[in-house]
Amino acid sequence: MAEPQRARPKPTPETQHFWDGTKAGELRLQRCDACAHVYFPPRPFCPSCASRKVSVFKASGKGLLYSYVINHRPAAPGFTPPYAIAVVELAEGPRMMSNIIDCPQTPEALELDMKLEVAFEALDDKITLPVFRPTKG
Amino acid sequence: MRKNQVAVVGAAETTELGIIPNVSQLQLHADAALNAIADAGLKLSDIDGFATAVETPQQVCHYLGIKPTWVDGTSVGGCSFMLHVRHAAAAIEAGLCKTVLITHAESGKSMIGKAPRSIPADSLQGQFEAPYGVYGPPSMFPIPVLRFMKTYGITHEELASVAVVQREWAARNPRAMMKDPITVADVLNSRMIAYPFRLLQCCLVTDGGGALILTSADRAKDFPRKPVYIMGTGESVETPMVSQMETFNSSSAFKTAGPLAFREAGIAHGDVDHLMIYDAFAHLPLFGLGDLGFMPHEETGQFIADGNTRPGGKLPLNTNGGGLSYMHSGMYGMYALQESVRPMRGIAPAQVPNAKISVCHGVGSMFAASGTIVFTNER
Ligand SMILES: [Zn+2]
Repeated sequence: MAEPQRARPKPTPETQHFWDGTKAGELRLQRCDACAHVYFPPRPFCPSCASRKVSVFKASGKGLLYSYVINHRPAAPGFTPPYAIAVVELAEGPRMMSNIIDCPQTPEALELDMKLEVAFEALDDKITLPVFRPTKG
Repeated sequence: MRKNQVAVVGAAETTELGIIPNVSQLQLHADAALNAIADAGLKLSDIDGFATAVETPQQVCHYLGIKPTWVDGTSVGGCSFMLHVRHAAAAIEAGLCKTVLITHAESGKSMIGKAPRSIPADSLQGQFEAPYGVYGPPSMFPIPVLRFMKTYGITHEELASVAVVQREWAARNPRAMMKDPITVADVLNSRMIAYPFRLLQCCLVTDGGGALILTSADRAKDFPRKPVYIMGTGESVETPMVSQMETFNSSSAFKTAGPLAFREAGIAHGDVDHLMIYDAFAHLPLFGLGDLGFMPHEETGQFIADGNTRPGGKLPLNTNGGGLSYMHSGMYGMYALQESVRPMRGIAPAQVPNAKISVCHGVGSMFAASGTIVFTNER
């Protein structure tokens, strides 16, 4: 029997650019052309001023560890506890949920406000997830 | 809404609470409804307004055999019932119906006749949260708490004291699931669930239900029970994605719903004799005390640790034992409402002497929604 798999995102037309981006090794955000608000998750209008004139751009991939839990049980399919479910505050402003790689999944190692950078984890030939690792130095 | 124009005239929980593997979720709705109707001295045929969540109104109405002229299926998680009370009060005042029944029931533990919760893969949560290993409320609801603690200097011991104090209330409540005294050390040594939350900081998972009956205050005096008036109400929503909350230092939905209810009731915080804050997890009373304006967030942990909310304290909080020690079927809001009504009627197991105003604050679908009701027993 196959191992239980991690939940796979299924893109919609409004989010496809984001998933095309991660596949290409880019973290793509959207910025409002009218009020310059940067937002996430993707949508074809600005949630701050409702303008439909918005642009997609490549984010820096830099961020800070905003908060997290370390899940000990029950584990989601495809995960082995304990693992951290983190929220990253991106340098451009929006926050996103993620996992922190290359780091012990402990309260001591996962220090709030630590600097993070994006990395990409291919789940299959369609979906690549953005994850984050502590920035060196 | 004008204050004190609508009253609770029936309130009851299911005959049993806890683990009820021989009763379906739908039948738990009916059991709660029949108990509340008996409490109000009514017949099913007197009900002309109906509200419920998760189960559809048509499902429960058909099962009970009632034919309402006003229905509300607002389903925003565990605080849906606070919103139902608010909507029902407005409907009664507007003359859309006279007597509203609100039911909740959930086979949360036994899962009898209950549809599983799932996150569609093409929803925003399915795309941007589920792939990171969130799995049910314990892995999601506590996500903001470390940021909240860092911002306000809340300690792990203070957070643990929430569970300790509520257990003191539960010890006085024969219907509470967990009654044995616990210490801060017990909480901090209990099994890790999702750091920083351990077992005793997470709600119980049980089966049960409850129901309320509301009517106009003018009619309420003719009912067998002491009426409990709706003094003020508030509601709001924020985001279904915990990662997308405006900030983790506060709940936007709490800050909208809570103060709205206080303003409508025309009360100050010092007027509150009894307080319920939906505690699916131990951090919620802290968020609630701050966002409802009782005190700055940074004082909330010390306030509870110092015993201000325990039996005999100046602000009795979660006096049934709360979701942490009383029961929690998955949507706790109905039980919080029931425990606001009891001391207003003077029949709570741990009665708060001379209590005249009770505030009941709810949360739904993690921090996605909120509803607040101010009750009073004086018109
Ligand atoms: Zn804009």
